[in-house]
Amino acid sequence: MASQEVSVSSEYGIEGDVVVRMTDISFAYQSKKLFSNLDLEIRRGNIYGLLGKNGAGKTTLLKLLSGQLFVQGGSVEVFAQNPQKRTPSLLQEIFYLPEEFPLPKMKATEYLAMLSPFYPRFDHTMFGVYCKDFDVDLNQRLDQMSLGQKKKVLLSFGLASNTALLILDEPTNGLDIPSKRQFRQTVASAMTENRTFIISTHQVRDMENLIDPIIILHDGSVIFNDTVASVSDKYVLNLTTSEPSKEHALYTEKVLGGWMVLSERGEGSEGQPLDLETLFNVVIQTSKGTMGGVR
Amino acid sequence: MQFNTLSPIYLQIAEYIHDLILNRIWDDGQRIPSVRDMAMELEVNPNTVIRTYAMLQEEGTLENQRGIGYFTAKDARSLVLKQRREKFIKRELPQLFSTMETLGITWEDLQQYAHTEEVGNEIQA
Repeated sequence: MASQEVSVSSEYGIEGDVVVRMTDISFAYQSKKLFSNLDLEIRRGNIYGLLGKNGAGKTTLLKLLSGQLFVQGGSVEVFAQNPQKRTPSLLQEIFYLPEEFPLPKMKATEYLAMLSPFYPRFDHTMFGVYCKDFDVDLNQRLDQMSLGQKKKVLLSFGLASNTALLILDEPTNGLDIPSKRQFRQTVASAMTENRTFIISTHQVRDMENLIDPIIILHDGSVIFNDTVASVSDKYVLNLTTSEPSKEHALYTEKVLGGWMVLSERGEGSEGQPLDLETLFNVVIQTSKGTMGGVR
Repeated sequence: MQFNTLSPIYLQIAEYIHDLILNRIWDDGQRIPSVRDMAMELEVNPNTVIRTYAMLQEEGTLENQRGIGYFTAKDARSLVLKQRREKFIKRELPQLFSTMETLGITWEDLQQYAHTEEVGNEIQA
């Protein structure tokens, strides 16, 4: 469908010091090769969105950079340390919220007393505030809570832990409708220039205005890692009623009433910016399954 | 606040702030919410609010007092008013004229509507 590669200027690139650097990494589960020659840089003070199709390796990537899985080639540096060594000084700066998880048979208050000492900057006042905002009953036993309730407890814990790196794997799965809004508000308010959040998700509509920069994982490598602005300042979407020629359109999508066509933004040209769903489809399709493509 | 998909979020936030100033919800020279509070209220990435505030600072509508926070400029409302009037004359009026021509609506018609309290009902009838 796409015929030209999309390239992006770095005028609105990602700012901040590099806090995570993966260089030329490879990883396979038994015989199934997942990553080869994967490079990734993550900069401080941003809320990253990690996107990829099912099975692209989003969770694996998050486990590699938090020391839960080990790379088979290449190197991973998180705050200038190797996460494989799992030093306390590094682990106290990382909080990882898995997509699904078992929790012990205890109340949230007991869990808090047991685990919060591992995080030197843990803010007990804010933990209370977040739990109240999320409407969580701290006296209920964790193993008797629904997935959504458990997520809200751990989310509150992670945000209150004040770790420099917060990794959230599909955090809005299982959350009810009001909690998704609360999630956006809480994450936006907990963000500071000294923290870095990485949020993996399929629910791009839950996160549309929250995650930026965007990392897209596809065919074993990172094929996009940039701000939304860097794309929307260069490209626009327009609705046309006649079918666009395939040589000239960078990307087309059939919609109600015609075709959405992606084209380069000329001087003063009108058009819509890309929403995350379209951005994702554009990047995946223009990558042609190879490295490069949208950069 | 409901965002649309027609323009970048940071520009929609700028429009929203212009409206607050124009409607005197924010006065000239008053302190405004911090980046974090604004991001929380609008449920957006704080970096997006930073971008909006930087743009509004550059155009002179907002001022950043280091260590204290952001304020509207002393002449914020007149700046926004001037900008909005220009936009109305250059962008919205030509569209209005063009629609009037297409639909055969005259100046006299317009005046009549301007003095009718219930414009909506009049047009439906």
